[in-house]
Amino acid sequence: MRITTIIVAILSLFLFISCGNDNESQQNRSQGETQNGLTEFELEHGIGPVTERVELGVIDPEKVDKGRSIYEMKCEACHNMEGRMVGPALGDVMERRSAEFVMNFILNPSGMTREHPVGKELLREYMTPMPFQNVTEPEARAIVEFLRDHSNN
Amino acid sequence: MKKQKSNMLRGMMIGAGFVAVAAFLFTGCPSQQGMLDTRDAAEKVYVAPGEHDEYYAFLSGGYSGQLSVWGLPSSRFLKVIPVFSQDPETGYGYSEETKPLFQTSYGFIPWDDSHHPHISQTDGDADGRWIFINANNTPRIARIDLDTFETKEIIEVPNTGGNHASSFVTSNSEYVIGATRFSIPYEKDLDVPIDSYADNFNGALSFLSIDQETGRMNLDFQIIVPPYNYDLGRAGKGISSDWVFFTTYNTELAHTLLEVNASQNDKDFVAAVNWRKAAEFVAEGHGRTMDAEYYHNYYEGNQGFAVSHVKNEVTVLYPEDVEEFMYFLPTPKSPHGVDIDPTGEYIVAGGKLATVIPVHSFSRMLEAIENRDFEGDSNGIPIINYEATIAGEVEDPGLGPLHTEFDGDGYAYTSVYISSEIVKWSLDTFEVVDRIDSYYSIGHLMITGGDTKNPDKRYLVGLTKTAKDRYLPTGPKQNHPAQLYDISGDRMQLLYDFPTIGEPHYAQAIAANKITERVKQIYEMEENDHPHAVRRVGDARVERDGDVVRVYMASIRSHFRPDNIEGIRVGDTVYFHLTNLEQEWDVVHGIGIKGANNAEILVAPGQTKTLKWEPTRTGIYPFYCTAFCSALHQEMQGYVRVSAADSDVELVWRTGN
Repeated sequence: MRITTIIVAILSLFLFISCGNDNESQQNRSQGETQNGLTEFELEHGIGPVTERVELGVIDPEKVDKGRSIYEMKCEACHNMEGRMVGPALGDVMERRSAEFVMNFILNPSGMTREHPVGKELLREYMTPMPFQNVTEPEARAIVEFLRDHSNN
Repeated sequence: MKKQKSNMLRGMMIGAGFVAVAAFLFTGCPSQQGMLDTRDAAEKVYVAPGEHDEYYAFLSGGYSGQLSVWGLPSSRFLKVIPVFSQDPETGYGYSEETKPLFQTSYGFIPWDDSHHPHISQTDGDADGRWIFINANNTPRIARIDLDTFETKEIIEVPNTGGNHASSFVTSNSEYVIGATRFSIPYEKDLDVPIDSYADNFNGALSFLSIDQETGRMNLDFQIIVPPYNYDLGRAGKGISSDWVFFTTYNTELAHTLLEVNASQNDKDFVAAVNWRKAAEFVAEGHGRTMDAEYYHNYYEGNQGFAVSHVKNEVTVLYPEDVEEFMYFLPTPKSPHGVDIDPTGEYIVAGGKLATVIPVHSFSRMLEAIENRDFEGDSNGIPIINYEATIAGEVEDPGLGPLHTEFDGDGYAYTSVYISSEIVKWSLDTFEVVDRIDSYYSIGHLMITGGDTKNPDKRYLVGLTKTAKDRYLPTGPKQNHPAQLYDISGDRMQLLYDFPTIGEPHYAQAIAANKITERVKQIYEMEENDHPHAVRRVGDARVERDGDVVRVYMASIRSHFRPDNIEGIRVGDTVYFHLTNLEQEWDVVHGIGIKGANNAEILVAPGQTKTLKWEPTRTGIYPFYCTAFCSALHQEMQGYVRVSAADSDVELVWRTGN
């Protein structure tokens, strides 16, 4: 009986502590939030490490090559350029989404499919959550360059 | 009614008193039993869901051949690392990559008996880089990387029968040691009468150097010693860190009914070896070269196939060829363990047939050597006078003392097999200060951070040999138990009791943060150097070369690529080289194919593993992902069409169209 009480007490303490942490992080996020607890930027450009607009400029062929090789290694198993596969077609993705959105999806797929309305909608549609493929931010930027180049051609 | 109740109560109290007296008579003073209030004990081992333990404990699997990993103090089971035995759960020893690890001069050996895990050290402290473990039966030593918790290397140890005194490392992981438990004839495959033991048999102590970058072992040299049984070993610490120590028994040179014939002498020996001197003699060319055949198996690159190299000679050092570098310390009686205290001064032997625990002094040993205080020699190896080295004898240690560990706070803890207890004694007075029961028949014991110069006086784990009534009964053969004790206070207190895998022979525990900071979450795809890896999705393909068909297959949630293959023929040898394209922690894919005389293969994120399949019948063979990987895991499947040996069905493969 007393053990149960202690265990319950310990568990409650943890619940209390972890709830406290959640509240705190919620509060930190709440500055400038709009609907769904997301900021304007997040709604438009996704949730993740990319929190500012990215300078795109003219297409950099070196980045395109780098992006292509990462794409072939880490993306192509699930995405076609044309037509749905495991995930959506990416041939026209740069026309539909911002560079920041694509980068955040690559860099934070579980956050995007859990918290972003577009991500949630995509998960409902495709049913397979996109995995994080150990891609760095510069690498995600290179993939964007490759996808931009593809759109242009 | 009232009266009756009080009578009943009195009866119960008398009964309880009787039980207490009986218990006292049977086991000793109740206050010494360390029966902690259940509530306090529960609190001490409770680690909340999602929280992590403070220590990793590595328990050898004994006759399972493996190494199991646990969290302390919760005693949560974390994983089994397969080492010397094939493991169909993971495909270890079944995949083409891991099969070479099992090669020996006796062929492919699918099992062994793993006894003494030992964590690599830097400056006398466990550093969490690698853990070594010995194979007793077909003598070998394995290295497990603690960034992946995978066996990466196995080396065979020649001239050895029963590599028991192994795999202990020196203070800076310069060497990992081994020794022959059963002396044998040296010359390879020498066929002689067993009763020519005294003439033809020999002992060998093995010293395997460790490459500090890669961890790779190399059998640097062996020391040829008299044909005793070399039982256990330990490296010195601090002042004695240039030395290693081995116990011997069977100085009688018996070769039959050892339980009687090897128990005649009142004293056997602790062998003290100055390994640094020995290594210098070898480096200066004083060793002899002996023919031997032994295998060295390891991964050459980062994660392709393990390779097997056969070695054909070994450097051996005969003590008589060089100046003195080793000595025998007479020690009562058939000593089992030899353990060195954290300062390096005390050499504690577990004289399993002795009535005391003999404690030698390292500094007195050096003095005795200086003063030539010898009582003779064995094969030219000086035997030091017992009185000259002995620092004390612990009286009344119980029956059958085996192994000792230390808390770094002036106390030693010795496991005592026959009387099934742990005795705590003072390194100052050599007097027993506390004792506690073990359940039942304790072998090794282990202290957190132990066998280093800085043990943590927190927990002790007793590794026991029989469970009997401790848990719900599971038939005539039950799993071996382990008990967790709190040793932070003056008295030992039993906290928890849990069944383990195989025979938990010896164990080591290390502060978790020394390992968590180095543990890998994935194999990085960019670093996959497997010759048959699918590095680009477009590389997924099937190739035929004569009767050999290689399927370069990729997997990602939730499909294989390719997943339809036709044109395989009966008589082909098919290799499925499966690359897991995931780069997310703990997302594992596997493959099983109907009728394969093999195991499944599990593939970690970013890794490539190979399943060999030799279809013997025509038909359609489904294969599927064996690891529950996603919501569409049940859809992760494919088909192989197998046609007759003489068919001309074209080799084709596809995915999704």
